[in-house]
Amino acid sequence: MGGEAVSSVDVSAPEPGVDVEAAEREIAGRSLTQIAWSRLRRDRTFIISSIVLIVILLLALLAPLITSLLGVDPYSLDKEAIDEAGGKPVGPWGGASVEHPLGVEWGTGRDILARLLYGLRVSLLIAFSATVLVVVLGTLFGIISGYSRGWVDGFLGRFMDLILAFPFLLIIIALSGSLTQRLTDLGIPEGNASRITYLILVLGIFGWPYLARIVRGEVLSLREREFVESAVSLGASTPRILFREILPNLWAPILVYATLLLPVYVAVEAVLSFLGVGVLPPEPSFGAMLADSVQYFTLIPSYLFIPGTLLVIVVVAFNLLGDSVRDALDPKAAHR
Amino acid sequence: MAAYIIRRVLIMLLLLLLLTLIVFVLFSLLPADVARLTCGKICTDQTIELNRIRLGLDKSVFEQYWLFLSALFVGRTYGIGDGAIVCEAPCLGWSFTKSEPVLELILQRLPTTIFLALGAFVLFLVGGVLLGVYSALKRGGWQDRTITSVALIGYSLPSFFFGLVVIYFVIIRWQVLPFPQYEHPWDDPVQFLQTMILPWLVLAILYAAFYTRLTRSQMLETLGEDYIRTARAKGLPERTVIRKHALRAGLTPIVTAAGLDLAGLLGGAIILEAVFSLPGLGGLAISSVVNPDQAILVGITLVTATFIIVANLIVDILYAVIDPRVRVA
Repeated sequence: MGGEAVSSVDVSAPEPGVDVEAAEREIAGRSLTQIAWSRLRRDRTFIISSIVLIVILLLALLAPLITSLLGVDPYSLDKEAIDEAGGKPVGPWGGASVEHPLGVEWGTGRDILARLLYGLRVSLLIAFSATVLVVVLGTLFGIISGYSRGWVDGFLGRFMDLILAFPFLLIIIALSGSLTQRLTDLGIPEGNASRITYLILVLGIFGWPYLARIVRGEVLSLREREFVESAVSLGASTPRILFREILPNLWAPILVYATLLLPVYVAVEAVLSFLGVGVLPPEPSFGAMLADSVQYFTLIPSYLFIPGTLLVIVVVAFNLLGDSVRDALDPKAAHR
Repeated sequence: MAAYIIRRVLIMLLLLLLLTLIVFVLFSLLPADVARLTCGKICTDQTIELNRIRLGLDKSVFEQYWLFLSALFVGRTYGIGDGAIVCEAPCLGWSFTKSEPVLELILQRLPTTIFLALGAFVLFLVGGVLLGVYSALKRGGWQDRTITSVALIGYSLPSFFFGLVVIYFVIIRWQVLPFPQYEHPWDDPVQFLQTMILPWLVLAILYAAFYTRLTRSQMLETLGEDYIRTARAKGLPERTVIRKHALRAGLTPIVTAAGLDLAGLLGGAIILEAVFSLPGLGGLAISSVVNPDQAILVGITLVTATFIIVANLIVDILYAVIDPRVRVA
């Protein structure tokens, strides 16, 4: 609480020569959210990356509409577009034509553009769901751990250490076969529905401790603040203090973490599908498309570069957005 | 200092024990019929039953865990009589699909992974830190902006796509290097270098990006400190100020990240091993999922988790060396 007192003195005693009224108006009028917004509005990186991401989200959401307007479909086989003997797409650039703007798959003649759009849906579905799961688990356990202290905190802390000691990618790969089977046993449709559920669950379960640690650190300092003390002295119940008093003060670090986690999960999903333990054909996915490209990219480089470029655009745009949001929400950052 | 290290080592041993238990229980809870997986397509019900008893799968999970744990110290015999398989201590399990001890399989693959990890580690640590320092010193200049934006892109590049693009251009289009074909350095050093240079560079670029960003922000923070001004004021050459004062103070988070990254890489740079078809731990793990072999998966998970825990310990001890205040905590 010493820190509080000092900072309030600083605010009420501006340096000589500064217009006192203007300074006070400035200080009184702006919450963290407003400061962040005004910074973001002037941040070109933020504007460009959000426009790119909005376009990408729209492409994913409207994929069925777009593909039906173009008369393509991610699953149907087009024997006309490929060579009968070897399955090689007819024409240059992987058989790019009016019917198939980005070409067709080797051997099956499935439309690349449609598969790309549907792959985007799958990838974003997994990344968003896993991130939501991480946010829920991480926030919940972070708040509990930071607020309770004592043995609960100690236990949760060691538990998180243990989870963090696991080789993340390896464990996802190692458990994929049997856990997917178990999900199928539990009644989730066999095949990619089970695989996607598995990916979301495992990414969430092994991802939350990082966020929980950040949240815990914030809660440790928040619980010493006056508004928590006054809530306690008014007789508020512990859940009320945790979720009505403390939680609303946590959204900034959680938002930043979530924005930076999304591109990681988009990339992880692609990697797992690339290694053959994620989403499998005929369900389209970036990773599987890139894995397929390896066989043919000597002849048809577009198989490699089209899904790869889209993947990079999605990941870079999310990273830039996350960086901008972090800078804007950082109270220490200089006004730019 | 000695007391601190001893305490940390004891905690580490406890953590390792707990880890073996969790990994073991985690894998035992899975529904896969391990015995059925031991012989592939040639299985008869008899061999499955035999292997079930050999593997001790008819016993309770905790009895199995005890067998597994004691095998590490005294070895283990699967089955009895003529058909018995002896796995000598330290026994990390037996792979029935490959008819070899798991430890043996892991040790065969480990050198490749270690070479890949260490080579890339040296490259990205040195490169990343140097670029970060340079970028911080030229703050705001074109060099800084170029390095920062290239680092951001490098940081965001999915490693397997980057690896594939490199293969496409360097090996296929320009034919600068032959197709990757791994040989141990003691067998064929030239072939070894030709194979490893690309994965090293790819890993180095991906990881250096992170270290450049980290070093840059650390340097910018310490360069604003009073003691840097003091060091300059007392007439120290700029090189000494940067190296001995600024960089050393900003070193702790870099050491943490580097220790964990090295451990992660030793745990199998799974993705790049797959892209460049290197016969390392990652490849072994993937093949054990495709042709299910639980013993190998348990073994690799334990070995790599051990790397991470030991790396954590080393990082903590290095902390105490760099910053004496840590020892009290």
